[in-house]
Amino acid sequence: MNIIIAAVGGQGALLASRVIGQVAMGQGYEVKLSEVHGMSQRGGSVISFVRYGSNISSPVVEKGSADFILGLELLEAARYIDYLKVNGTIICNTQRIAPMTVITGAQKYPESIIDDLKKLPITIYTLDALTLAREAGNVKTVNSVILGSFAGLSSIDFKEWQEGLKNSVPQRFHDANLKALKSGFDALQGSRQTTSERG
Amino acid sequence: MKRLMLGNEAVSRGAYEAGVTVATAYPGTPSTEITEYLSSYPEIDSEWSVNEKVALEIGIGASIAGARALVCMKHVGLNVAMDPLMSISYPGVNGGLVIVVADDPGQHSSQNEQDTRYFGIAAKIPVLEPSDSQECKDFVIKAFELSEQFDTPVILRLSTRVSHSQSVVELGERQQISLKDFQSTEGKYIVAPGYARKRRVVAEKRLEELHGFAETTDLNVVHESDGPVGVITSGIAFQYAREALPDAGFLKLGLSYPLPRKKIEEFASKFEKLYVVEELEPIFETLIKSWGVKVIGKEKLPTIGELDVSTIREALTGRRLSETPLSLGYQLPQRPPVLCPGCHHRGPFYVLKKLKLRVSGDIGCYTLAAFPPFSSMHTSICMGASIGMAFGFEKARGKSFAGESVAVIGDSTFWHSGVTGLIDVVYNKGFTTVIILDNAVTAMTGHQENPSTGRTLHGTETVQLDFEALARSIGIRRVTNVDAYDLDALERVIREEVAAKEPSVIITRKPCILKKGTVSIRKEPCEVQIEKCKACRKCIALGCPAIYWKENKAFIDSTLCTGCELCKSVCRFGAITSK
Repeated sequence: MNIIIAAVGGQGALLASRVIGQVAMGQGYEVKLSEVHGMSQRGGSVISFVRYGSNISSPVVEKGSADFILGLELLEAARYIDYLKVNGTIICNTQRIAPMTVITGAQKYPESIIDDLKKLPITIYTLDALTLAREAGNVKTVNSVILGSFAGLSSIDFKEWQEGLKNSVPQRFHDANLKALKSGFDALQGSRQTTSERG
Repeated sequence: MKRLMLGNEAVSRGAYEAGVTVATAYPGTPSTEITEYLSSYPEIDSEWSVNEKVALEIGIGASIAGARALVCMKHVGLNVAMDPLMSISYPGVNGGLVIVVADDPGQHSSQNEQDTRYFGIAAKIPVLEPSDSQECKDFVIKAFELSEQFDTPVILRLSTRVSHSQSVVELGERQQISLKDFQSTEGKYIVAPGYARKRRVVAEKRLEELHGFAETTDLNVVHESDGPVGVITSGIAFQYAREALPDAGFLKLGLSYPLPRKKIEEFASKFEKLYVVEELEPIFETLIKSWGVKVIGKEKLPTIGELDVSTIREALTGRRLSETPLSLGYQLPQRPPVLCPGCHHRGPFYVLKKLKLRVSGDIGCYTLAAFPPFSSMHTSICMGASIGMAFGFEKARGKSFAGESVAVIGDSTFWHSGVTGLIDVVYNKGFTTVIILDNAVTAMTGHQENPSTGRTLHGTETVQLDFEALARSIGIRRVTNVDAYDLDALERVIREEVAAKEPSVIITRKPCILKKGTVSIRKEPCEVQIEKCKACRKCIALGCPAIYWKENKAFIDSTLCTGCELCKSVCRFGAITSK
């Protein structure tokens, strides 16, 4: 399983990737993660990689080989589309965070990203993770919402994801993060059924 | 017990298990977390040193005094520590001495892509190269054994993808290593020529013995194959190459200097086609070719940037994973890193841009001011260089140019190597104006303590070095403290100081907005009174991520705004107010 988490620095891509890594390791898979620290944390574009399965060598997901892109922000999900394999899946937050190049007017934030993604041979799920995070009690839990959606599509029991998340965030944030995880999980349940009926 | 660990965490675990008692470092991506993890082991006396040279000197002292010592830095940090490294090569060690150096292929967070293996060759000392977290831990332990066995410092070369990837590590127990005797050694540690000439011979003999060791060590591993293709590789490149060429045989060099000539020649003889896959410079390749062994390397593989599975597969087999990668078919707007909302560097750079000064910059978060919308830093070369370079501007273009230029440097960078530049300006009668952006933390690398934060690596209280007292003590008479959020005061003081016919220091002090415990400097978010906004875009010029433009008006995102009120100060129409 090859997963990419694409985000704006500060959205918590590292946490999401580490939870997936821990949960997959608990299931007995071989796991490798790759993160980028440093310069990119200052509101820049960030990408982290999670791979699990057997015989994993490279910690970096190869372009054209990702099973999933988890996009914590719309533009960032689209930026790394070349990592996704044909028939791969994107789970994406519909939130738009304008980069400085857009704020200053030098470039435009494309309006049609979701429609354009839908034209590709991939499965795409979109959700308003920011609203769900706010409802969960903390706007900074967008990462947990998207993680919950991924959990809903994975074959690993939801309880494992709850435990994994609890082990990765300080206790005072448990409540909001677990609520966020559940809301992300629930948000895709309807669409998941639709997919399997189709299948 | 098994745990998923970051490569850097595994290095620190290895140091713990190897019985290390002294560890020093200067922070630098991608090496920083090693020392942060080390600080959790009470058995190890760990510290943030002032710079890499001092860090290594402390490590050398600890080694000679009998302890196992670990010294960590990023690749360019080794340039700063090169004098002690070259000088400790001949004398050798007492307790084991391991220098961990993290390279940054792809320049994720660095000014260059220098290959640390060259530095091991230059210093005539062994270089070990792990390729995953388990090896990070194991190789640190091996490196200490090697260091003591051969009486040599040892380099452990990491790279971004080794340091910042996570994989499973089997934990072990800490070895009980007793302090070695600190005995008189008849000039072993005196590099005066009389002694050093003798040690030169010893060092050369040591290298010869290490060549022999390289032939037999289990650091170098052969993965057999009946196929026609063999690959010689090391570090993270091994992980990529194994996926790109699954049927090939591999000679994975865990000891990347010195190389095992016989082992390589024997390996080469088994294959019709032999590739050398190494990230960055063709170091193995050049040496192996010099022996008359036919290998293919940089003829096909890039020297610039990181390697990856696709690059290696395509270069060596001509095959691609997908002929038509998924694409939206249009360019997306870039998202470069930016100064955070509420960042205290914003005020000084806004004023520097307004005054059209030539800005000699340095290395830290504030280097982001070199990019739009500020574009108000004109040079940034290496740690601490801003001050010497500004003095160089003045020497080249005449004293009056001091009125048109400033040096800008952060707190940690100033202590690292800016202070010597400042002393030079005073000593040699410069007029240079130096702005010290003191945000009370080493911010860019993820918030480390430094000599003016008043805290050590462990968070314990310590002496807080004082920029003003230091500047005055070296003979600078014009020293001014300014509130970094007060644009009027900043403009007035900078105008006055650049005009002064003597050196001056301006200190802008405000803690980093992200620093823990600084929530108190956050205030209620600002908001735009839309009816008053004249769309002049003055606030947008501040490059604040909390301000955005919609339907030809400015808006402020209240979830991002920290209430620094800089935008309120620049708005001429009173359209921005505090809540």
